[in-house]
Amino acid sequence: MKITINGEEETIEKDSLTIIELLTHKKVDMPEMVSVEYNGEMLDREKFDTQAVTDGDKVEFLYFMGGGQ
Amino acid sequence: MTLNDQQVERYSRHILLQDVGLSGQEKILNAKVLIVGTGGLGAPAALYLAAAGVGTLGIIDGDKVDMSNLQRQVIHFTPDLDKAKVQSAKEKIALINPDVKVNAIEDLFLAHNAMDILKDYDFVIDGTDNFPAKFLINDACVMAKKPFSHGGVLRFDGQTMTHVPGEACYRCIFDDLPPSNAVPSCSQAGILGAIAGMLGTIQAAEALKFIIGKGDLLTNRLQMFDALKMKFREVKFKKRATCKVCGENPVITELKDYEQPVCDIRQK
Ligand SMILES: [Zn+2]
Repeated sequence: MKITINGEEETIEKDSLTIIELLTHKKVDMPEMVSVEYNGEMLDREKFDTQAVTDGDKVEFLYFMGGGQ
Repeated sequence: MTLNDQQVERYSRHILLQDVGLSGQEKILNAKVLIVGTGGLGAPAALYLAAAGVGTLGIIDGDKVDMSNLQRQVIHFTPDLDKAKVQSAKEKIALINPDVKVNAIEDLFLAHNAMDILKDYDFVIDGTDNFPAKFLINDACVMAKKPFSHGGVLRFDGQTMTHVPGEACYRCIFDDLPPSNAVPSCSQAGILGAIAGMLGTIQAAEALKFIIGKGDLLTNRLQMFDALKMKFREVKFKKRATCKVCGENPVITELKDYEQPVCDIRQK
């Protein structure tokens, strides 16, 4: 499938992956640090292991950033 | 109010801008902005907002100036070491622009005082360095219907968004505090000083745009940049129906101070 991750198109040799599987595939080892937007909607964290990502989907990984001082 | 001759000269480069003009400058001189934290983000934001002539600047910080702050917290100077940050900032603001009234609050921004402090201001700048404070500012501003600018930096990266009442909030993206050991703070991870300056000045510009009512604010958009590659990127997002504070059935209806039990992630 071809999907868009953080604005860049990528080909993944799978027909479908859950969000959690995609995070693992992208080597994001701490998914609790990431919020996910799936096709323009912020995705509830409880759906990370059920929401399927398929051909043509757009996914954004948004990272916590807490600094400021 | 009418600008006197000195003010017309001082703010002439604003007044020349079609989108500001005399009436915009008058709005700025009448505006009240609260800056939470006078550190890496709050320092540049305070300097620019003071120079711009924001009539009242509230600054709240419970910390004293430390040697390791001087690399980026540009409102504090070497002779200010060990001075309360709000005192140091107040002195600089007075030197930059005597038009500005400063409310210096040497304290932490916490659940018990948040609403009382916020109520006097038109716009809030989050210049804090920790998640308990960032979530508290979001929740308090949503509840008090105050617009605010969120800012976060880490190493060479920055992110910022602007909330206005009725539009998406910080929790619409980041539902709740991350596990306390998962995200490093600046004191653990480091920050290139100039990057805090980039973000703090974006926040100041958002405050000024809000005050003059011109342009497009960073609402429903998260602006992110990687200064190592000097690439900017924005992600549009929407209000989330399940958001804990601004969603259809908010579960957060009163403020609380969140715990961050480990390491040195503290409000400073
Ligand atoms: Zn929200």
